[in-house]
Amino acid sequence: MAPKVLEVNNLKTRFHTNEGTVHAVNGVSFYIGEGETLGIVGESGCGKTVSVLSVMRLIPQPPGEVIVDSVMFYDRNLVELKEEEMREVRGSQIAMIFQDPMTSLNPVLTIGFQIMEPMRVHLGMSEEEARERAAELLNLVGISEAANRLDDYPHQFSGGMRQRAMIAMALSCNPPMLIADEPTTALDVTIQAQIVDLVKRLRDKLGMSLIWITHDLGIIAGLADRVMVMYAGFVVEEADIRPLYEDPRHPYTYALLQSLPRMDGSPGEDLMSIDGIPPELYELPKGCAFAPRCAYVKEKCWEEIPQLEEIAPGHRIACFVDIKTGELR
Amino acid sequence: MSENGTLIKVDKMTKHFPITRGIVFQREVGAVQAVDKVTFDIRKGETLGLVGESGCGKSTTGRTILQLYRPTSGKVYFEDQDLTELKGEGLRQMRRNMQMIFQDPYASLNPRLTIASIIAEPLEVHGIGNAKERRAKVQDLLKLVGLSPHFINRYPHEFSGGQRQRIGVARALALQPEFIVCDEPISALDVSIQAQVVNLLEELQETFGLTYLFIAHDLSMVRHISDRTAVMYLGKIVELATRDELYSHPLHPYTQALLSAVPVPNPGLERKRQRIILEGDVPSAVNPPSGCRFNPRCPLAIDICSEVDPEWREVGPDHWVACHVV
Repeated sequence: MAPKVLEVNNLKTRFHTNEGTVHAVNGVSFYIGEGETLGIVGESGCGKTVSVLSVMRLIPQPPGEVIVDSVMFYDRNLVELKEEEMREVRGSQIAMIFQDPMTSLNPVLTIGFQIMEPMRVHLGMSEEEARERAAELLNLVGISEAANRLDDYPHQFSGGMRQRAMIAMALSCNPPMLIADEPTTALDVTIQAQIVDLVKRLRDKLGMSLIWITHDLGIIAGLADRVMVMYAGFVVEEADIRPLYEDPRHPYTYALLQSLPRMDGSPGEDLMSIDGIPPELYELPKGCAFAPRCAYVKEKCWEEIPQLEEIAPGHRIACFVDIKTGELR
Repeated sequence: MSENGTLIKVDKMTKHFPITRGIVFQREVGAVQAVDKVTFDIRKGETLGLVGESGCGKSTTGRTILQLYRPTSGKVYFEDQDLTELKGEGLRQMRRNMQMIFQDPYASLNPRLTIASIIAEPLEVHGIGNAKERRAKVQDLLKLVGLSPHFINRYPHEFSGGQRQRIGVARALALQPEFIVCDEPISALDVSIQAQVVNLLEELQETFGLTYLFIAHDLSMVRHISDRTAVMYLGKIVELATRDELYSHPLHPYTQALLSAVPVPNPGLERKRQRIILEGDVPSAVNPPSGCRFNPRCPLAIDICSEVDPEWREVGPDHWVACHVV
């Protein structure tokens, strides 16, 4: 197995608000190997974004509260770093791209300035060097006449081009790891295909580790080596890509895959729907968070929170039930 | 799927939004050509899926059919009635037959009204029943869309996105319309909730024999729900065919690219697929390309494509396409 680049142990994130405490992430552990692509899948509010923001120490405390045993990035524990050292990591070691390229670019600064900024701050490049490299990067992400576009402002770029510029910015310091937080959700399918294709090529060319967060099980299928499914702040299933899609073992993953209309299936079949709605994160159920919506629910599920357990090599689920028999495991 | 004739007929319908300059004397300096000479029909009891990327004019098409926007030119017939000629009371009466379900269940329900007032509003507007009858009707409608009739005095903020969308469906059904435009009714909902709403729409269609225009950008959902599917690009319908025909034998290069771009939740298949990656972005509808509007991005474009607007023609049974190369 490839050496681990990032390993997170027992991450809990809460937000203290006037209405009560929101339990956004409830004891999540994961790792990512060198050159590996990890997909994190879940619906809105399941804690997928908050998890990586917590890892990057980007959750304001208060109102947030992050409790974690350790976050190992190579041999450094990110939790123990000083803020300046952490900035260094965020700038040149672990880069992020976000969902909405318009709100993550500064509208009053040129694209070129924004791509050059991390290189000047973290790599100490001169203006000319940085400018040259910025043009190379824009070219790399497929923007034509890159050198002439450096002085454009974000509003002069289309949605897809802005996301390309974000990617160029993220790659500027050759980070060993990239976190992509729903980077294609705001884009149309044909543009989405362009961006996914681009990130794949860059990943393979630069040998980056990649975390791709999404709610779209379709995108992950063609991109990830391993997938982690989250629900209400818990990891409910984790497996290599093929077992997860071909033999999902957690009732939530199973139901989610069944509820999708698929281009490769026969049309017109009834979609299986998951009754109810995700729980409020103010007051999680005492037992399994999915129990109220689960088709296989047993008495034990209401009482106890299931822990992630390995049921086959590399395949872990947090569920008491074996969905093949419908009985307790 | 019933084949008993045409309910809606759209004939060369065009909607341009003027762009004006000046404050006192507003001069028209151009127009957003949102929908340009589209022709198609919708048959009784069917679901016509309308897909395309953002800004391609699919929502404008839906709204213009309902006369929420008046078309710049062209005709829209409901059965034999030309809607574009109706005004005032006549149009208001026709609207009973045509309703709409909106994309954003948060923006389309008035936060200051109770669920009862929201659903009863169309009944009041059309003077149907007295207060007591309307209340009973609202309770029936709530049951129909899978909500408890006890919710009647609650406000929209007390409901989740999926429940709100059910309320929107109940409101659309209140007048027992024949035709409903569903404008991206599920795209604001979470994955696990989408199937709930789609299944509900399908059940209701079967019960009441409704006709849907289902607008969406999610091609796999449209494949699931529609009988026939139309594909729009930059204000034009480029291809229309029965669902199976369109998805298995797409003819227009844009349809082909669009279908190949949809990710499939199947790792084995997904890794082997050859994608047609389109270059560039959708051009502006203010200044659409001459000839075929898709020609600057089209992998198959030939000389004529940038000069002549391709004709909308039937190339096989029930399969329409606008392309020079096909």
